[in-house]
Amino acid sequence: MPEQTVIEAVRDTMRAEMRRDESVILLGEDVGLRGGVFLATDGFIEEFGEDRVIDTPLAESLICGLALGAAVNGMRPLAEIQFADFVWPAINQLVGEAARVRYGTNGVKTAPMTIRVPYGGGVRGGLYHSQSIEVLFAHTPGLTVVAPATPYDAKGLLASAIRSDDPVIVLEHKRTYRLVKGEVPIEDYTIPIGRAEIKRPGSEMTIVTYGLMLHYALQAAETVSEQGLDVEVLDLRTLRPLDADAIAESVSRTGKVLIVQEDTPAVSISSEVAAIVGERCFFDLDGPITRLTAPELPPMPFSPLQEAAFMPSPEKIVAAIAKLAEL
Amino acid sequence: MSATANKSSKLGTTSPPLSGERLVELYRTMVLSRYLDERVWLLNRQGKAAIAASAQGHEAAQVACIEATDPSKDHYLTYYRQFTAMMALGTEPEEMLRGFLAKDGDPMSAARQFPLHGAHPRVDLFNFSNVIATQLPQAAGVALADKLRGDDAVTIVFFGDGAASQGDTHEAMNFAGIRKLPIVFFCENNRYAISVPLNKQMAVDTVASRAAGYGFPGVQVDGTDVVAVYEATQAAVNRARAGDGPTLIEVSVERLQPHTTDDDHTRYRSPEDIAQMANKDPVKITSETLRRRDLLTEAEDEAIHAEAKRRVNVATDTVDAEPYPDTETMFDHVTSNRDEGGS
Amino acid sequence: MVAFKIELPHVGESVTEAIIGKWLKSPGEHIEKYDPLVEVITDKVNMDVPAPASGTLTKLLAAEGDTVPMGSVIAEMETDEANVRGDSESSPTPAGAKSPGSPLAGRIGTLVQGANVGPTGGEFLDTSLSSPEPGTRPATAASSGPDNGKQHFSPVVTRLAAQHGVDLGTLVGTGLGGRVTKKDVLAAAASAPPSTALADSISAEDQVIEPTPIRRMIAAHMVRSTSEIPHAWSAVEVDVTGMVAWRAANRQRFQQTHDVRLTYLPFTLLCVAAALKVSPRINSSWLDGKVVLKGAINVGVAVAAPEGLVVPVVQSAAGSTLLELAQQLDGVVKRARSGTMTLNDVHGGTFTLNNTGALGSVWGGAIINHPQAAILTTEAIVKRPVVITENDSDSVVVRSMMNICLSFDHRIIDGAEASIFLQAVRTGLEAIVVDTEF
Repeated sequence: MPEQTVIEAVRDTMRAEMRRDESVILLGEDVGLRGGVFLATDGFIEEFGEDRVIDTPLAESLICGLALGAAVNGMRPLAEIQFADFVWPAINQLVGEAARVRYGTNGVKTAPMTIRVPYGGGVRGGLYHSQSIEVLFAHTPGLTVVAPATPYDAKGLLASAIRSDDPVIVLEHKRTYRLVKGEVPIEDYTIPIGRAEIKRPGSEMTIVTYGLMLHYALQAAETVSEQGLDVEVLDLRTLRPLDADAIAESVSRTGKVLIVQEDTPAVSISSEVAAIVGERCFFDLDGPITRLTAPELPPMPFSPLQEAAFMPSPEKIVAAIAKLAEL
Repeated sequence: MSATANKSSKLGTTSPPLSGERLVELYRTMVLSRYLDERVWLLNRQGKAAIAASAQGHEAAQVACIEATDPSKDHYLTYYRQFTAMMALGTEPEEMLRGFLAKDGDPMSAARQFPLHGAHPRVDLFNFSNVIATQLPQAAGVALADKLRGDDAVTIVFFGDGAASQGDTHEAMNFAGIRKLPIVFFCENNRYAISVPLNKQMAVDTVASRAAGYGFPGVQVDGTDVVAVYEATQAAVNRARAGDGPTLIEVSVERLQPHTTDDDHTRYRSPEDIAQMANKDPVKITSETLRRRDLLTEAEDEAIHAEAKRRVNVATDTVDAEPYPDTETMFDHVTSNRDEGGS
Repeated sequence: MVAFKIELPHVGESVTEAIIGKWLKSPGEHIEKYDPLVEVITDKVNMDVPAPASGTLTKLLAAEGDTVPMGSVIAEMETDEANVRGDSESSPTPAGAKSPGSPLAGRIGTLVQGANVGPTGGEFLDTSLSSPEPGTRPATAASSGPDNGKQHFSPVVTRLAAQHGVDLGTLVGTGLGGRVTKKDVLAAAASAPPSTALADSISAEDQVIEPTPIRRMIAAHMVRSTSEIPHAWSAVEVDVTGMVAWRAANRQRFQQTHDVRLTYLPFTLLCVAAALKVSPRINSSWLDGKVVLKGAINVGVAVAAPEGLVVPVVQSAAGSTLLELAQQLDGVVKRARSGTMTLNDVHGGTFTLNNTGALGSVWGGAIINHPQAAILTTEAIVKRPVVITENDSDSVVVRSMMNICLSFDHRIIDGAEASIFLQAVRTGLEAIVVDTEF
């Protein structure tokens, strides 16, 4: 099976979906000749032309408003927000409008649109190129939010997103783009939205995580396995709807949970996972629900030592595992 | 009609003018709209309609605009004041009232949303939200899809002078100009964004003048003149259909009622300002025009009013007795996955 | 002058490799630090790689057009200064995320050392994976452990302890501060009864058998009965010659007419039920400090079943005929031996009858079936010479004799009451003669 990086998987999947379905059109800043700042759409304008690969003006609300309008008029727009940090001007069109189209029209209108949002830190991005912005979208009924962390999942979930009849926010962690390389089948496949996956089975503790932190958690699990600790790693993959069954099943079995996220902790994905565990696994818990997150600071300092201090790391995860394990 | 930024030769349309017969029909719709609008206001005062935004004063502009379009293929993105436009597109008084009274069978949103919000069941008219100007980028997207497919449809997007201040309006017009989208920006300027008068909203005299900044024509039209609005819209629609791009039409109208049933415009409008509006009532003006042109007799006019009143009474009695939607239906249509709605 | 190897720097991008473009310097040429040295082409950018130090380029190790992995040596030079450090000195490879043997391993992916995107999408030399962790306050939001000295039990520990009957007070926890963990409870449940006593008392020739669950239940039941109930005993001899004769005369008829195997037990049961009616304290229970006289007379009959002792119950024994009792007994015993008893068959016993005589026993002190007040054994019927006194004249005759032994709860029953009951049973049994009509 060929190996690809995440960005290569994203690029190939978008190209395949655009070949597969003429109603898929690309919208975004610098997606044309530049091929996107991450080169996700490299070569697209040459293949699909300016009608389907649309360099928009620098206006995020417009991008998402256009996507919504085109979506309710028969297209399957695939929009790129250049950086998650720049999505806020478009929040109204996404959270306020797209999310409620189906509901607010009693199902008469649907918005089959996909918004790709490169997010996350650890890239020396400072306060405005590092943010984790998943919470606002994950809080919104009507939206679907996926956060694939591997090339395999990136392909399967992006294909599912594009083919979904709902607005889907696809969160791609910038740092995984070229950091993570893995097997990706050439053939067409999709991964069902809303299903977490046990990326590493274990019996003594469950780490619930997503995005870049998945890889750090796997590293940490490998490290502690040498000390005889058998840690399970559950990759959420979809942040809305959360796979509560998978979370409850795993934590009920292991009795301990460590939730690892790059985002700050207050009112976050980890809060929701903790609530699910509290509601569904109480009588199976053998330790406090534990979180390892960024500190409660604006994400995230530009200076390298401070950035490293802000981000959870494999070493910090190992320490958190050890603390929970000895309890 | 005065063209303030008229660069298009196509604005001098060659399409046929409105027939006398059609003019009377438009007037009939205006009168029905007026009676129903007044009834909704009363239903609010009875505690039955939670909220209403009136189109009184906007009726002529709205019926004329719709008359110049093709409901079989065109798209209409409205906001909360297109009461008369919706009736001109064939929405029955009962359907309108089900929205205002939040009754079962509201065709727009199953009574989840404020009145006039949602999507129309028979024509492509929709109004997703209460948030001002969000419909403009969406309209550009709708028009973009038509243009990419080569569809012969035009998108009409309605907005008020208040929405003209929003960034979304700028972003949408800018993009529509760049891509020469088949779209008509239809601004109903009633000089007030709730209470804020025009001179506190913009430093220029007209919204239409802004079109120059986007590379397409902008025209200002008297919104009480059915024929003028019809001709301006027809020219804009023809231009869009021909692939020549957008037009901004600004119709000058009066908002005869306060912003909504929750507003009291005597707090911010002078008595003189309120009094002068009587001369700009489009129903009265259109009636006089029709009479002057011998298209309508006094008796026929009285009959139109009597029929409208009767029709509104029947509709009110019918819908008032109807049930609210089942609570369980609130879980429907959150996403394509039915599980997501319920709990 | 120090010989120095020039490596292709990690330009961060996608890339694990790059194509060497044009060399901008030739061997033998003097180069200044930061002079453009070589053009490198990646899938994203074309860039000039600067000279890492000042000195003389000595050797090119990669030709134009070669595809070279990041970090590999592409040229050699001699530097002007000592102690030059390359940018790309080897750093430890981080542990891969691959979990060997996992079917997911391939598609979870591995981390490409050094590769990264920069803050605005461009390339970036990423060293963080190999950087030492800076000494910083941990960002963990983990809540603190148990309070000092005070024992808290987690929800799962409490639940599992109740489920397995583990006394948490007896456990020594292996968790932080001696906390009892889920593992500790599961271990205790698996090793019950405590293994310490066993270890001390077994020798090499002993065999240790894991009791079956039924054996465990019986054991628990017996322990409970003897530890709660103060037992007292009383026994009488019964002359059952008439009963033996009656059975011998009617056994075949019962078998043929009723398809019932007639044993001695129904006779005893008949007399016991009658005697219980007049001695209600024998048919009672000590419950919460009170004596509960049972309304029903349901007599349990101890049966040796393949899995162990079971006690099927003959419901409403008083008032039944001999035939009915024989039939009921036949049914429950068969069901007990075949393991097909219903809940009703074991439910509601108020007194127990134990036919130890079937095993040849002539005397016994049975353990009361908790929470009943008494249990009666019927011992082996043995022919014995018996002195009979008739008309003031003694004679020795051979009679069929049976001992019946009563164990009773001395909280409820005194010896006199026990004797009255035993006498009543004896009188009933001895009244049976060969032509008694039942």
